[in-house]
Amino acid sequence: MLQIRIALKYADMTQRTPLSHLAPGQQGIIASVEGAEGLRQRLAALGFRAGRAVVVLRRASLRGPLHVRLGTTDVALRPAEAGGVSLRAVGPFAAQGA
Amino acid sequence: MKRVALIGMPNTGKSTLFNRLTGSHARVGNWPGVTVDLATARVLVGAHMAELVDLPGLYDLHGFSDDELVARHFLEAARVDAVVVVLNSSQVDRQLALALQVKALGLPTLVLLNMADEAKRFGIEIDTARLANGLGLPVASLSARYGTGVPEALARLAHLLDEAGPPREALVRAALAEDHRREEQIEALVKSSVVVPERLSEHASDRIDRVVLHPWLGLPLFFLAMLAVFQAVFWVGAPLQDGVEAAFDFARRNALVPLVAGLPEMLRGLLVDGIWAGLATVAAFVPLIVVFFFFLAAVEDSGYLSRAAFLTDAFMARLGLDGRAFVMILMGFGCNVPALMGTRVMRDRPMRLLSMLTIPMSLCSARLQVFVFLAAAVFAPAQAPWVLFGLYVASFAAVVVTALAFRGRFASREPFVIELPPYRLPTVRQVWLRGWTEVSHFLKRATRFIFAGVIAVWFLTHFPAGVAPAGPDSMAGWIGTALQPVLGPLGIDEKLAVALIFGFVAKEVVIGAFAVIYGLEGDALAAGLAQSMDWVAATSFMIFTLVYTPCLSTVATLRAESRSAGFTALAVAWPLALAWAASFAFYQGMRALGF
Repeated sequence: MLQIRIALKYADMTQRTPLSHLAPGQQGIIASVEGAEGLRQRLAALGFRAGRAVVVLRRASLRGPLHVRLGTTDVALRPAEAGGVSLRAVGPFAAQGA
Repeated sequence: MKRVALIGMPNTGKSTLFNRLTGSHARVGNWPGVTVDLATARVLVGAHMAELVDLPGLYDLHGFSDDELVARHFLEAARVDAVVVVLNSSQVDRQLALALQVKALGLPTLVLLNMADEAKRFGIEIDTARLANGLGLPVASLSARYGTGVPEALARLAHLLDEAGPPREALVRAALAEDHRREEQIEALVKSSVVVPERLSEHASDRIDRVVLHPWLGLPLFFLAMLAVFQAVFWVGAPLQDGVEAAFDFARRNALVPLVAGLPEMLRGLLVDGIWAGLATVAAFVPLIVVFFFFLAAVEDSGYLSRAAFLTDAFMARLGLDGRAFVMILMGFGCNVPALMGTRVMRDRPMRLLSMLTIPMSLCSARLQVFVFLAAAVFAPAQAPWVLFGLYVASFAAVVVTALAFRGRFASREPFVIELPPYRLPTVRQVWLRGWTEVSHFLKRATRFIFAGVIAVWFLTHFPAGVAPAGPDSMAGWIGTALQPVLGPLGIDEKLAVALIFGFVAKEVVIGAFAVIYGLEGDALAAGLAQSMDWVAATSFMIFTLVYTPCLSTVATLRAESRSAGFTALAVAWPLALAWAASFAFYQGMRALGF
């Protein structure tokens, strides 16, 4: 009865960390983007899409915005907005060679 | 055994519905090959035994989040007989997109409008028959929480299963494969045909950011940079301003005055002292604005302004504003007008209005001229710079007070997500285009308003006919006298009150007004002012001048940018009230302390 095989690209679906929890120098792969309609659209337009890597470059003092990089795009966003971006495979960012 | 998939966006009550339909029979099926747990349960639907599968909440069937992938892979791989799309009745306008996406898969689909009770409370009415017709799908309305409409929904599902043919997952796969193709196509297109524009290398931008976005050094560096920009604007703009003034004066003496010599005196006065003087006032503004805009365009083009927003956002968020508002308020220290226009980048209207309410509190260059003159006249040379510094602090305090007072009324949910572009060397062409657009906007808008204001002031100071201009018998003099009950407690006498009326047109006119009112000029005027008021009265006057009604150009811009007469009225009335309160507190406080 339950012999349905679903091949998923990503095996580890349980370990999710909000982008807002990352320290500078950490990176992760975007698993999902949640938030109000308009916010999701703007994030998508800036490159926040599942499967893409995002690196936290720095955080402003006094719990200010995060400075993150997706590919060649740098984005500043508040922790509140970053909280809607769930990441998996979080780890230190390998020094950029290329 | 039929298989029915339950699909819906997050927060549509999909799981509540699942539990309602399945009762306690629900179990979490650990699907082989998937590490996600999907809840499944067997339910009797009409004559069919059906297996109901609760898919993860998703916004977009063509999205690429993990949850969306699970749903897609399930629909592709599992032999699904029918799909139930659960929508939130109150948000049906934006959620219908998902129903249409599912319909496009070619599977038998039932649309359920959940939370019907809540929608009814909001006054939302949905004509399900018409909606079903338009969608080409059966539609039923229900409330999963209270159970109303559930039997009808099940009946519709039974009917759908009666008519459903064998599952056709191949069709679904084909429909969804298009998404992957599009992704691959985008990637291929980008690789083959996109050229990255000229800019500083990635490493250079990173190195600059490491310094200018430094947790402690960032802000001081930012203030230094802005100070440098202001200095540069004055360094370049002030001589130009003098040049324009000289040119207008030359034209007045050598062309206009001889030209109108034959006209009646009253008309001549209006033309020369009213309209021409007004034109000259605007024109003298223009060089500063032009230079300011060109510098602004250059800074903007460099990518630095968004960094400034990044640095200041944490503080501004506590005021109900964001980092971009800070940048605009700072621009306001040059001139309020371009700063107000700069708030166009904010999409959210409440936040934009709140920013526009705070910007006129910025101590602009016009006010600075008044303060420099008065501080030099009344205070010792060693004290004057500190007085100016204190006024800058007061200006900032007025911004904070205004934001705190109105952040509740203009509460905003605007998310703060901005791109930080790599640093680019500003191009002359770009700076020219951008600067010129803003300058022509300013001219078009401000001219008309200033024109009218100047004529009005001329009438106030020259009527009734035959009085000394701006004297106690002129209309302006009457107003000055009439305002004494209000302005007297601030230490502002009749003559100063008349100067404030002039200042409404443009703040730098205040000094010119002193000259007319006291009949003195230059050093003699400074000496006369020092004699007529002590430091407490002078400071009270400066505080009032700092905060009170924005100048005509600013009011005109507020009106044009907000497109609201009510807001413009607030933006005029609030600073007046705040100015009065601040001056009153200072003047009476100092007097009470014995000064």
